[in-house]
Amino acid sequence: MSTTISAQKPGTRQSSAGRAGDSVFSGLSLAAGILIFAVLAAVALFLLLQALPTFAAPAEEITGGQGFFHYIWPLIVGTLIAAVIALLIATPVGILVALYISHYAPAKVSKPVGYVIDLLAAIPSVIYGAWGATVLAPALVPLYNWLAENLGFIPIFDGPASQTGKTMLTAGIVLAIMILPIITSMSREIFTQTPKLHEEAALALGATRWEMIRMSVLPFARPGIISSIMLALGRALGETMAVALVLSSGPMIASLIKSGNQTIAAEIALNFPEAYGLRLSELIAAGLVLFLITLVVNMIARAIIARYKEFSGAN
Amino acid sequence: MSKRIDVENLNVYYGDFLAVQDVSMNIEPRSVTAFIGPSGCGKSTFLRTLNRMHEVIPGAYAQGKVLLDGDDLYGKGVDPVTVRSMVGMVFQRPNPFPTMSIRDNVLAGVKLNNKRISSKDADDLVESSLRGANLWNEVKDRLDKPGSGLSGGQQQRLCIARAIAVKPDVILMDEPCSALDPISTLAIEDLINEIKTDYTVVIVTHNMQQASRVSDKTAFFNIEGTGKPGRLIEYAPTTDIFNNPQKKDTEDYVSGRFG
Repeated sequence: MSTTISAQKPGTRQSSAGRAGDSVFSGLSLAAGILIFAVLAAVALFLLLQALPTFAAPAEEITGGQGFFHYIWPLIVGTLIAAVIALLIATPVGILVALYISHYAPAKVSKPVGYVIDLLAAIPSVIYGAWGATVLAPALVPLYNWLAENLGFIPIFDGPASQTGKTMLTAGIVLAIMILPIITSMSREIFTQTPKLHEEAALALGATRWEMIRMSVLPFARPGIISSIMLALGRALGETMAVALVLSSGPMIASLIKSGNQTIAAEIALNFPEAYGLRLSELIAAGLVLFLITLVVNMIARAIIARYKEFSGAN
Repeated sequence: MSKRIDVENLNVYYGDFLAVQDVSMNIEPRSVTAFIGPSGCGKSTFLRTLNRMHEVIPGAYAQGKVLLDGDDLYGKGVDPVTVRSMVGMVFQRPNPFPTMSIRDNVLAGVKLNNKRISSKDADDLVESSLRGANLWNEVKDRLDKPGSGLSGGQQQRLCIARAIAVKPDVILMDEPCSALDPISTLAIEDLINEIKTDYTVVIVTHNMQQASRVSDKTAFFNIEGTGKPGRLIEYAPTTDIFNNPQKKDTEDYVSGRFG
């Protein structure tokens, strides 16, 4: 039946409706693409213009009285420390959980575990912050005391430990829990996409399950794992509420178990409501710095992924 | 090196489903045995029971005996990982590890079983395995390039090199040429003829000319209908299967009068 129809009107349908649809769709997607650029440019322009007064102002008028760099430096370090702690904890845990779900757990277990992990991502950050400040922080105080007593010679565990537990390490742990679902769900997705062919290639050579994972699953998933870590890092760098609630901020110090340090995002959030004039400009300049850090992180991630391209199997 | 395989009353199940029923056969060392038969007749499943690769599928198990020079592969305490290092396998689609160089692909299996291999020994093994797979002259200048950059036929020979680098007793091939062009197919068939002097080779193929070209003995598998188990219908020297089959089913299949 269908053959007779197409024989009667060869290509009519395609030429009229099909092409109009094509041009509408390409117009829409072009508009969407332009919109993204426009928004990005507007944000960057806003940050630059609003931050300009800070860079022009004399050093003694900036908070701290010694210029913008002196003001922003501890915040950059604090932001990076919190993000690094979070990644150090969340990356191995996230990848192991993903591997468990994709390659070890029986189907009956892996589905619910996957849902629970995805549920973690649905919890608002302010709730993580409240939980971290009221439950996790006090619970960690004994650990911090122990660390200060026994490992106090290491600068990052220098005592006396905070007796509220509202420290950089607590903030990092809360951040780790928050970014865990990003790493886990993305990695799991990629692990399950490993071609059966490659898994069987390893098994047929006499690989154990772990060796099979090391030979075929992890190399296949490496670019995906890096992307998931970078996404998670982006969230950890920009996370505001949880850090603002958990961390009892202060000047830059090396110890992670005393109160002190501050991140850019939390600094902006805590001070923005009362800021005006030059102070407002300062905070926006701090936002600009955060924007640049995230940009650099993303570019590094792209560079790492591109380096493995030749061996990715895409060819 | 090369070992004989004796299969006794083997049944293969996927969960409750009986996929292959009551197969017994003896495969001589240093020979090529071809499995032919229509799709779904269980020949690939049966091949995979010879190195326990069918166990990769959840719920799959086998009953019966598969003896490799008298040692039961399904005996108590036999680790499938050990079985697979003795019985190598080449798959339908070439599957070199895409993230590894050609050299690392050849060494992949060896590094599993023997972590410490001197770089000199490794070089020698890479060369001898690639020569054994008739690939050395084509890749000797680019051993550090990814294996996935080779052509399909070269990739398949790389997979054979990877399999023989482990020095297995048996090499199983599951339709190794079905994804290849005729020239690459010829190269693989020549190679099968060469490696049978050192290994027991078992090959599944849909191509009856291929079976008649490369194999010494041929096993014909058939299935009565969907949902029924596959059975071994006839197992005899290849010339007999193609010129003088004893069973009607075999004759119909090899003469193309099937179904």
